[in-house]
Formats: sequence, C-alpha cells, structure tokens
Amino acid sequence: MTRYVLWRLLQGVITVWFIATVTFFVMHNLPGDPLADDKAVSEKIRANLEEKLGLDKPVVEQYFIYMRNMIQGDFGLSFVHENRRVNEIIRDHFPVSAILGILAIVIAGFGGILWGALTALYRNRWPDIVIILLVILGISVPSFVFATVGQLVLVTMNNLAGFEVLPVAGWGTVAHMLIPALVLGLGTMAFLTRLMRTSMLEIVSSDFVRTAKAKGVPMAQIFSRHQLRNAVLPVVTVLGPSIAGITTGGFVVENVFGIPGLGRYFVLAVQQNDYGVIMGTTVFYGAFLVLMVILVDILYAVIDPRVRLE
Amino acid sequence: MSDLSFKPISLDTDTEERSRPSLSYWQDAWIRLRANKRAFTSLFVIIGMLVFACAGPLVWRIDPDAQDLDQTSKPPWGDRNALVQTYEPWEGVVSEEPQGDNLAPQSLELVGDATTTNVRLVWGPVPNSKGYRIFRQIIEPRPGDPLGLPIGETKGSTSVSFEDRLDIKPKSYWYSVVAINEEGEDFSEAATVKVDVAFSTTAANAVERGYIKDQNSVSVGDTIRVPLHPLGTDYLGRDMLARLMEGARISLFIGIVAPFLFVIAGVIYGSIAGFLGRNIDHILMRFADFVIALPFLLFMILFKLLFGIGPGESGILPMLVALVLLSWPGAARLVRGEILQIREEGYVEASRLLGTKTPRLILRHMIPNTMGVVLVTFTFAVPSAIFTEAFLSFIGMGVTAPTASWGSMCNDGIKTMESTPHELIFPALFISVTVLAFNFLGDGLRDALDARMRYGE
Amino acid sequence: MTDTTQGAAEPVSVSSAWQLAKYGLVGLLFFVLLLAMLGWVTSYSAAGTRSTQAVDYATNTITLALSTEPPQLDSTRATDMVSGMLLGHTMEGLLRYGPDNELVPGMAESWDMDENGGTFHLRNDAYWSNGTPVTAHDFVFAWQTALNPDTASQYAFILFPIKNATGINEGEIEPGELGAKAVDDHTLEIELEQPTAYFLKLLAFPTYYPINEEFYRSTDGGYGAEAHTLIYNGPFKITKWVHDASLRLEKNELYWNRDQTRLDAIDYAYILSDANATLNLFATNKIVYAGLNSENLDRALRNRWHIKQHNDGSVFFLEINHRPDRITSNYNLRRALQLVHNPSELVYKVLKLPGNLPGESIFPVWLNGVEGRFRDEYPGPKYIINEEKAREHLAMAIEELGVDELPPLVLLSGDNPVSNKQSEYYQRLWKEKLGIEVKIDKQIFKLRLEKMTTGEFDIVAAGWGPDYHDVMTFGDLFASWNLNNRGRYANAEVDRHVAIAQSSSDPVERMEAMDRVQQLLHDDVAILVQYERGSVYVSDDRVKGVTRRAVGLDPDYTRAYIASDSED
Repeated sequence: MTRYVLWRLLQGVITVWFIATVTFFVMHNLPGDPLADDKAVSEKIRANLEEKLGLDKPVVEQYFIYMRNMIQGDFGLSFVHENRRVNEIIRDHFPVSAILGILAIVIAGFGGILWGALTALYRNRWPDIVIILLVILGISVPSFVFATVGQLVLVTMNNLAGFEVLPVAGWGTVAHMLIPALVLGLGTMAFLTRLMRTSMLEIVSSDFVRTAKAKGVPMAQIFSRHQLRNAVLPVVTVLGPSIAGITTGGFVVENVFGIPGLGRYFVLAVQQNDYGVIMGTTVFYGAFLVLMVILVDILYAVIDPRVRLE
Repeated sequence: MSDLSFKPISLDTDTEERSRPSLSYWQDAWIRLRANKRAFTSLFVIIGMLVFACAGPLVWRIDPDAQDLDQTSKPPWGDRNALVQTYEPWEGVVSEEPQGDNLAPQSLELVGDATTTNVRLVWGPVPNSKGYRIFRQIIEPRPGDPLGLPIGETKGSTSVSFEDRLDIKPKSYWYSVVAINEEGEDFSEAATVKVDVAFSTTAANAVERGYIKDQNSVSVGDTIRVPLHPLGTDYLGRDMLARLMEGARISLFIGIVAPFLFVIAGVIYGSIAGFLGRNIDHILMRFADFVIALPFLLFMILFKLLFGIGPGESGILPMLVALVLLSWPGAARLVRGEILQIREEGYVEASRLLGTKTPRLILRHMIPNTMGVVLVTFTFAVPSAIFTEAFLSFIGMGVTAPTASWGSMCNDGIKTMESTPHELIFPALFISVTVLAFNFLGDGLRDALDARMRYGE
Repeated sequence: MTDTTQGAAEPVSVSSAWQLAKYGLVGLLFFVLLLAMLGWVTSYSAAGTRSTQAVDYATNTITLALSTEPPQLDSTRATDMVSGMLLGHTMEGLLRYGPDNELVPGMAESWDMDENGGTFHLRNDAYWSNGTPVTAHDFVFAWQTALNPDTASQYAFILFPIKNATGINEGEIEPGELGAKAVDDHTLEIELEQPTAYFLKLLAFPTYYPINEEFYRSTDGGYGAEAHTLIYNGPFKITKWVHDASLRLEKNELYWNRDQTRLDAIDYAYILSDANATLNLFATNKIVYAGLNSENLDRALRNRWHIKQHNDGSVFFLEINHRPDRITSNYNLRRALQLVHNPSELVYKVLKLPGNLPGESIFPVWLNGVEGRFRDEYPGPKYIINEEKAREHLAMAIEELGVDELPPLVLLSGDNPVSNKQSEYYQRLWKEKLGIEVKIDKQIFKLRLEKMTTGEFDIVAAGWGPDYHDVMTFGDLFASWNLNNRGRYANAEVDRHVAIAQSSSDPVERMEAMDRVQQLLHDDVAILVQYERGSVYVSDDRVKGVTRRAVGLDPDYTRAYIASDSED
C-alpha cells in the first residue's frame, strides 16, 4: 500500500513538472506584449520593467530560474497586481475555488448516486420519468445558461419572499455557496445519475444477484449489499476526471456570482499576459488535479475488493 | 461395420433450415439500433441538423451578415409593414419667452408621424427654467414614479423641442418633459404624452436592402412589406434563422470534425502502443497520461491563444487544433486497452499461425474489432466538443465576430435574456437538442454494438 | 438511461426504497456537516461578504460593488479607473475638485503661482492616518518616486511640466534635481520647465498625491498591495481589503476636513464584472448603484427604477494608421471613409445607449474654453455624409495606389462586446457603401496594444479619457511626439499649434490654437471621431450628495449622505 502510494506520488510530481514545462513554453510564445498598457511608455522604462521581471534573459535561462524558484515554492510576482506575489494570490483564492469545487462534486456525487439508484428502483414509473427529465436538462443545457438563469431565479425568489432567502452574489457564508455549487455540479450530477442507473440495471441481472436471490436473501439486503455497492464503483472511477472539469470550469460561475476564486484570476491573467499568475494558477491547478486523481484511485481500491494495490 | 450402416443422403434435400439469414456484426448492430426508438429518432435529429446547416442556406437565402439597423432585436414573426419615410434633419422649435407661472411644460405634443426613424416633440415653455430634460418610458409612469430613461436635454427655457432617434421600436412609449432649474435639478412637475410608434424605413435604405427595386417606385407615406424574419433578428438586425444556420455549420463542424480527428489520432497511437507492447507501450502511455493531466479548459484557452487569430480569421482552426491536441489520449487509451485484449483472442492467434503479416493483422483483425468502441467514443465526444466550443465562445475566447456559432450567439443573447429572450432561447435550444441527440445516439450505439467501455477515460 | 438489461422490470420492493431513503438521509446529514465545516473554514479565511442591505441607517453605511479588483493602490503607478476612484476617496493632493468641479484647496491651504512656478503652503492640521503629519517632503518623495525610471510609472508624463522631470524619467538627471523642493515641512516650492497654464489642474491627479517616505520604505516593496500597507490622508481610509472579494472604506477621523464627510463607511462588498449580476444585486436591495447597458435598460424601465445619465468624459474614435507603408496613409481613401462616417447612426442604432453623444471633434463638449464651453465657442467642423463623393475619392485612391482593387482593410478591435458590435457595424458599413472589404482583427488586450504600438493595423477603435480638466488632455494626443499617437500621425502644423497651447498663458491664444488642431485633424482625416461616452445607471434615491464628474474623482461619495426616511 505505502509503496503504491509513494509510486503514484512520484508519478504525480513528474506530471506536475511536465505541466509546468508545457505551460512555461506555451506562455512565453503567446502573442502579445505582457508589458504593454493603455499609456505608452518610453524604451528606457520598458527596459527597466523587463529587468525587474526577469524578462530580459533568454527564455531557457528564465525557465531554469523559474523552475528553481518553483521548487522552493516561489511562484514569483504578478505583472498586473504589481506588488503582490503569486503565492499570496494562490493562498487567498485557491481555497475558495477548492471549496466551491468540493461542494459541487459532493452534490454531484451524492445526487448522482441517489437519483440513479432511485430511477433504477422505480424504473419506468413516475419518479424515474421526473428524474430523467431533470437529467436531460442537466446534460443538455450549458452551465453558463444555468448560472445566469439561476441567479435570476434567486432574485425573483428573494423579491417574492420579501426577505433574503439566499444571497444573489458574494461569498462568505454557507448560503452563498449553495446555488453556485449546485449550478457547477448540475451537469456532472446528470451524467452520474445516468451512469448509476445503467450500472444498477446491469447488476440486477448479474450472476451474483441471481444467486443471492436464489439463496433467499431479502430484497433490501440484496439491494444495499450487492446492487448498490457494486453499482457505485463505476461512478467512483469517473469522480477524478470530473473534479478536473468542475474546478477548472468554475470561472463562469465565479464571475456571475462574484466569487473570489482562482478561476477568475486565470482568465484575467491570460487576457493580460500576466506570466506569473498564468504559471502559478496552471501549475497549482494541475498539481491539485493530479492529487485528486491519485486520491480517487486509492479510494477506489478501498471500495473495490477486486483491486489490489501493487 | 458394413457400408450399409451409413447411407449417403441426397444432396438436394436441405436438412438445415436456417431460421434467419446470417448477419454481419454491423448488420446486427443496425437492426438493434433501429429497434431502439430513442436512438433512432436521435439519429434523424442529427441528420436533420446537418441538413439544416448545409442545405438550409440554399433554401433560406438570406445573408447571415446582412444588417438592418431599422429592425434590430425584432421578435419572431414580427411586423412586416414598414412606412416609407425620408429623414431630414430637424432645426427644432424655439418659443417665445415664457409667461405665467406653470411648473410643468404645457401642451406636450408630437410633431409629424411617430416612427422608428424619429419621434419629434414640442411643448410650451416654462418660466425660470434653464432647460428641459426629456424622458422615455416603456410602461405608463404612475404618479410619483421615475419617468424612465433620460434620453436628452435641451438648453434654455425657449428651446422647446426634442427629436428622439435612439433605438426606437415599433411600440408605445410615454414621453415626459421636465423643466430644469439653476442647479440642474428637475422641477417637480412633468408633462407626459403617450406615443404609438409605427415601423418605418427610408426609401434609400429599402433599396439598399433590396426590399424594393427602385427608389422612385414608392413615395413617402407608402407602406411596403419587408422580408419575413421567422425567428426574429439580433442586436444588429441580422436574421436569426440565417445566423442559426451559419452557427450550426460552425458548431457542428467543430463538434464533429474535432472528435473525428482526435479519435483517429487516438486509434493510431493506441494501436501502435497496444500492439508493440512492453517498453514502447509503457513510454507512449506515460506520455498520454501527462497530456491527460493538463487541466483541460485552462490549456484550451492557452493553446487557442498560442495559435492566434489573424485579421479576418474566424478562430475555428486554432480551436480545432487545441481540441485535438488535448483530447486524443482518451481515445488512445481506450483503443490500446481493446487491442491488448484482442491480441490475446484465439482468432488473432490462429491468423498469426496461418502466417498473416503484422500490418495485415492490425488492419484486418485488430482495428476493425475496436471500431465499436471507437464509434461510441466518437458519438459521446461530439456533445462535449460542442459544449467546449460554446463555453469558449461564451467567455469571448471562441470564434470571432462576425462569425456566428451557437455559443457566441448565446453569449450575445444572454445579456438581453429578459427583454428579447428569443436571442438566447433559439441558440440554446439548438445546442441542447444536438447535445441530447448525440447522447441518446451514443447510448443506443453502445447497446447495439455491445461495446462495454469505461467512462471518463 | 438506457436499459442495458432486457430482464423484466423488478417490482419495487418497499424495503429497498426504505433502505435507499436511509442512505439518502445519511448522505444528507453528511452534506449538512460538510456545509457547516466549509462555512466555518470560510468564515476564518475572512473572505466574507456580510449580508447587509444597500443602505444601513444604523451604521450609516452604504454598500456598493466594484467592477474589478484594483491591481494595487500605489498612487505612483495606478492607471485604471477603479484605482483612481478609490485613491480619490482615500488620498488627497495639494488641490482637489469641489462639488461644482472647481479646484478647491486640499493639502495646500494657499499658494502663489506665476508663469515659472509657485509656492504651496501646506496646512498644519493635515495628518496621515497613522498620525504623522503630511509634509512637503511627502510630495517631493512621491513625485521623485513616480519619475524614477525604476518605478516604470506609466503616468510619469503627467509630472513632466515640473523642471527636470523629463530628464529624471529618462535616467539622465538625478531625482534630487527635481524642480520641486521642500523649503520646510509646510512649504513646497515648484519650478516649472516652461509656463504651463493648466498646471494647477494637474495637482488633483493621483500621480501628484503625496507618499510618506518612511512608511513607503517600511512596506518593503509591498506599498499599496494590502489595506495595511497604505496610509491615508483623504476623507476615507481602507480598513479591510479582501482581494477580489470586498473592500471597505471607513471615515478617516484624522482627515483635516472630517466634518465634511457624512458617511461613516462605504462598503464595497462585491467585486463583480458581470453587468447583469450587478443589476441583480441592485434589484434585491444589496447595493446602491449599478451601471446599465443597452441590453438591460428595458429591465430597469419595467421595474420603474430611477435611471440617471452621466457623461463620463471619454471620447472614442477610429484611429487611422498613417505609417507610409499602409494604404490608409492615402488621403483620398481616408476621405472616402470620412464621407460615409455616420456617428449618429452608430450611437442611435448600434450602441443604443442614451448619454452617448455622436462624435464630431476630438474635444468633448464639456471642456471649458475661454469663458464658456470650448465647443460652444469653437464648434469645429462637422461630418457630412456624401456617398457619391465618397466613391469619387475612393476611385482616386485606387488610382493613386496603383491597384485594381483595394486590398482589405484591417480593423483592429478589442474583445469586449461593445467593440465587437462596432466592428461588425463598420465592416458592413464600408462593404455596403464603398465596397471595401474589412478584416476584423479581434485581439485580447495586450496583443491589441502590441499591434497598436508596432502599427499592424489600418484602423483601430480607440478611446481616450481625460486626466485633467483642460483642453490639453486631448489636445496633444496627435502631436507627432506623443507615444499614444499610435497611428503615427505627423503634421508639423498640428505640432506647432499644440506647442503654442502648451506654453502660452493667454487663454484666447490657447483656445484658438486648439481650434486649429480640431480643424486640421478633420481636414486631414487624421481620425474619425465616433462618440463621446455617456453612462446610464440606476442608483438608490436614499443616497444624496453624490457628485458625478467627467474629470477627476467619479463617482464622488466624499460628501454623500443617507437621507433620513422623512426626507423622502
């Protein structure tokens, strides 16, 4: 077990290095002048800025300097937020994105398993049909439409109620998180519901369920011990990649709901060629995702007795 | 045992009564797919969409880029009767020095016709005023309510007229005029008039847009018919139906071509890895893992910008390349898994023993047998490619204007969601229906081809 | 969703449903626990948005939203509008703008100015928010810092009227040689490079704000990055700044004119760029102000909100590339474009927002002239549409350029929705009226700037906002030496008149020179003026005393107050 985890972690570190390298060279080849701004400045001032930000050196040298600093945990300076370090930006904003992402994935995961099981249980009866209609909505409507419409629903709800049922935007309390997380997780939830339903129905006709039935095991026990438990497995496998989609896809939601997450910084940084922030956020997100996938793999091994950790 | 124990049966008696003709894998799959109503309907929806995108413009011959600033954001099936008008600049009206002690402008009234080209108002002057402020409202202002949109100001108490030309729609407006005091504050009393605006266009404009042949064939005050916009128009007066067709071409092109390319790339990469096996397989797959680990949307944006967009380019190609570069490893992994499995199958072994060469082995036995999985992967990849395109266009990193895609149309439409919902609903509906159809078709194909696959990889 | 198993539907066992319900309940419990935990974590990370109402009578606070996070609040380097607005509330220069946009004493109590410079007498009761007095050294230090080439301040140019400033910024003269000297703690002497009629107006600009040297050094390069790495000498101070989430201003009790400040706090509780989301906050009584755009006007009207309008001072224009290798350097081509240029169509039918004025001159209508408004005194030329003549000029241009057909024009454009709309409009306009093909080159911010600087465009949509209340803030824009003249327009006659207006002290001579400039720019088709930008917004009627300006602090809440219910 320990060896497996260590091995996976080592792989993870190499992956993060790969991500950092690709990002670095892609970024330095992005068209656009990171130092240009609304007001034109003289050559002399430009040269000064380049020196200060280390852009005057050859790219390869910059790469080695960056890597050395990164290993020491220093992501450098932001070009746009001139007096802030990228480390501080990540420290301040990544937790927000992560909380939102975790909540969304939990909603999606629990919701998916629960609805999926329910639809399988009530196949072709009204709970099944209602949930399937919601699932159809979830898989076919783009998230940005949900975000905007969701906020409008909140406004109408609050105005009708005459008091604040849930806040329209902002961040800070549980009430602020619910709707954005739901909007963010909806697509994945629909996807997982489908997956869960299919896998539940497949298992109903599997050998071990038939055997259990023949042995006279009570229905409820078959349902929970055999069917549910085995049907959850494929859902768990896709959780890892889903986390990736959810956390990085959060910036529309962050924008609409005024949430101070890292996603907003990334989009702004890309538009402004803010090398420091682009590198910092991408590498950090990458590392986070790699870690999540490793965690999910371990979780999978724990749930599924068939998998042995080598 | 004597020879008599066995008697040859006559060859003309057909002992084997086949219950049904033998079916190939694909024939069988097709029959199964046809039995699945949902998947089969979806297939027709998809074909319908493709026809809509490709053949639509042949039937609906309206230029998707043609603007008509006289009829912007028009609702579906809007009014087609336009009053012909000419536009002459208006000098305005200057009144006598005001007398009396009224606070509200007296006798506010309309000059000439109220049309979408212009609305002209005059009113009686107010003593001691420094000028007037003109408001426009789309619902009747109740007493004490704000008067609506401040559309203009005039200077001096004797300049008692105003011409409104700002985005006038053929509907009812309530115009209010308030006098302004020294400090620039409004007087407390207002005069309000309701104005019903008629849809109008100038003769010159009508000729330019091709509504009429000759400018002299109509005179001011005539009514002409403008072309029908069955799904309304957008913010620049462009026909929504024509734009949806153009959008369909872009969105479906990216949605179908990108998955097609990366699935092919995946098949080649995966089969090489799967067949060569051992160290090469290991290295190739590690590399695929690296690419999978790149945060997808962040790198979509980075790559898209890296490839850049030159002047006049639509930005489709960079998006396509970025999608392919980031998405191939999923398909590669899947195919490689299949190949590894198939390699151990008996018929491959048999074929090899019969002396089949490696390339033929791969092409004849292995790849065809992965086709089921590949087809299903492809079908499921389409909706996510369409979503990715829509998402990028939505955040302004997708196709560039004036090229339309469903995503960029949603982006434009979502801002006016409340006042002109048709600009959002139609493109969003097209995205939804297409995505749904591909999902259902994918489900159907998976069942029909019995292609078990692990999701999400 | 598809049934992969063809087996008969299982009868629903009630016990299974119960089992599932139990799991669901456990899941829900876990979810609630998780929520509680996340809520607890968030409350500790201090990124909290308090759920206050737009107007809070009890604490005398109003709540607002910021459109973007200020990059930093170091006055020597601030360039954007949000930073300028926040600095204007929390800092004060020698002078500031009063309620009627007149210059009023700020840190300086009195001053004597003549052509070559002046002496400023600082007030004795001016303190920084940490208790140290504001002295003349603070000004000298701030200006030297801004001019220091190491600072790389984009706004260093605004200090150039001071003697030796240009040389210092180019690194040729030592910062100590700056023509601004602290004679003693409360006397500041300024020497000018040459007579500058509008110098006093510059003093209200953020780059001219003072910085306390000792404090600046103590922040170790982090000056202005956080609420605690700044000290304030203005009406408000920043007490909390949670990056990208919220920013809170509270009344500065050490401000010399504290009696004038009537609000106890201004809470920027949201940082939101999405216009509809901001309006949603206004709709639920969370903020007192929201900007409107042409898309959500109808919503505001239907809700009967109080809509106001304001001219924000900036002028937008199509900047034409005059570099000789570009076809747009051909006069007849430019003239053809000018003859179909229809600013009122753009404003009324494309931008669709009241308050935008169809553009005529690079000098906006609100600028002051000799006595009244500049444009009332010198109306300048007007655009006259004449398609026939335009086609004649186009034919001449094609002949002069020696081509059969005009190559496509490259229209460089930003990536925001308004520029998009405009570009699409112009593309169609020129195609339809003149048959000229236009390629839209839509680029993200930095790439657009790079292309503007290197000249990879034929036409670019640009805008200019005023820095100070004088014609010169627009007047020198197309002087050949101005780096912001991205089309490299060069006209000796324009240069000569700009120089006159810069150095002359005679208002009539200055305004006449500027009138010549607007005439020359029009006749030579240096640019095509599109519109003067206006903004439309909704605001809470309970908040009074807010000043809107075209130049300087805007919107200005320094004198704002909450009207009591009875006043309504």
